[in-house]
Amino acid sequence: MKVVITIVGQDRVGIIAMASNVLAENKINILNINQNIVEGFFNMVMIADMDNSLISLKELQQILGEKGREMGLEIKVQHEEIFEIMHRI
Amino acid sequence: MSTIQDILETNRMIEENKLDVRTITMGISLRDCANPDTTVFCQNIYDKITKTAEKLVRVGEDIEAEFGVPIINKRISITPIAIAAESCRTDSYVPVAEALDRAAKTVGVNFIGGFSALVEKGYTKGDRTLIASLPEALAKTDRVCSSINLASTKAGINMDCVREMGETIKRIAELTADRDAIGCAKLVVFANVPEDNPFMAGAFHGVGEAETAINVGVSGPGVVKRALEDVKGKDFGVVAEMIKRTAFKITRVGQLVAQEASRRLGVPFGIIDLSLAPTPAVGDSVAHILEEMGLESCGAPGTTAALALLNDAVKKGGLMASSFVGGLSGAFIPVSEDAGMIAAVECGSLSLEKLEAMTCVCSVGLDMIAVPGDTSAATISGIIADEAAIGMINNKTTAVRIIPVPGKKVGDQVEFGGLLGYSPILKVNPFRPDEFIARGGRIPAPVRSLTN
Repeated sequence: MKVVITIVGQDRVGIIAMASNVLAENKINILNINQNIVEGFFNMVMIADMDNSLISLKELQQILGEKGREMGLEIKVQHEEIFEIMHRI
Repeated sequence: MSTIQDILETNRMIEENKLDVRTITMGISLRDCANPDTTVFCQNIYDKITKTAEKLVRVGEDIEAEFGVPIINKRISITPIAIAAESCRTDSYVPVAEALDRAAKTVGVNFIGGFSALVEKGYTKGDRTLIASLPEALAKTDRVCSSINLASTKAGINMDCVREMGETIKRIAELTADRDAIGCAKLVVFANVPEDNPFMAGAFHGVGEAETAINVGVSGPGVVKRALEDVKGKDFGVVAEMIKRTAFKITRVGQLVAQEASRRLGVPFGIIDLSLAPTPAVGDSVAHILEEMGLESCGAPGTTAALALLNDAVKKGGLMASSFVGGLSGAFIPVSEDAGMIAAVECGSLSLEKLEAMTCVCSVGLDMIAVPGDTSAATISGIIADEAAIGMINNKTTAVRIIPVPGKKVGDQVEFGGLLGYSPILKVNPFRPDEFIARGGRIPAPVRSLTN
């Protein structure tokens, strides 16, 4: 199962490190990262593979949600299928 | 794999343009619950509904969390009670409505639809009992919704029922006068009612349906409005194309949610209802789509044409996105549930008569129309007869959900709360149809050729 992780918030040191650490600890493989800064705002979209993950999508949402709140970021984790189905026939 | 643009577009639709799945509605047949003893029947339906829909709300919430798309309502539709309860030896179905209300509260759905009767050609005993029970049933319950189908293209219009529904609606308004006649907001009078509609208040589980079904209603007027902002001033070919593309995307989300819900609940997928259902929230208005096409205010000359284009393009775009389409499918124009419609009534641009014209080309009919409390039963029946005639002749669904608010007059406002919204009181034509309505009988089914 692929998931899409989107992170938005004030830019600071260590956002990508935090997210990729959480993923690595739980054996979630990163497939694609797209990140930029617009007017001081950090925007990142990450696609990851959860096939060998140690945790469920819900647990990942919880962990990243908590870490995000500590760092003042909004983090969403969604099933990739919703994007796939909307834009591909 | 998804591209970054696709991901950002989808999430912008959800976050900024209020894309959502409006409802997952589980249809449940109650045909096997019949019993001559009303108490036993009530227990049977309570048990069946609470067991069958036990996981509905939790599954809906799980799908919402995993895919990140809001699913606003989880609801239940049931076999029309006039059929399911017909063998009960009783002259009141009020206890049945109360049992449905309890079942809805137990499973956590916000509405249960199907306190209904299909009487386009005439009444059975159960139909009469149901209609007689309506005022008390809707006054005593919170979550039970009712619908009456009193006309069809194949049967004509049951004018006895048209007269009776005018009187019934007045009586419901009186019994719920302390809550601005909220009871009337839970009752829809139909012509050509669809039997798989997931939207309230008109949902029920038709007699030709399977044991259970998952029907999903999509929404997203805000997404269509936003898409049209990109084609300002372009011709209507471009406008129609843009609406189709957007409707396709919206419907795909509904299809995904319906398939997931069906799989996780072990209930067959029924249909997707391709609808643009507004809410009173800013940026979730069908009226604002029409205005985006170039009308100063919804209701201005050109509004019916704009709505016709919108309704048709939504269907064309949505059809390819889903394996099964049904229900009402089109644009809804409920006044109190649409910020743009409310504003259009307030500024004097939208009238009851213009709304009636709009119902000739949109998916339903006169929806959530608040009128003065002193509107007579015969006048309400006249309005119902006109809508039924539009449906019958044009072979389409039409409906009336009208609320004569006791003590209110034109210029006042009424607040229903939540998704039902608020509305200014609309002006009603003061000339009387009393003798016309008093005739009763049936208007014969129309000829289907020589259509001029």
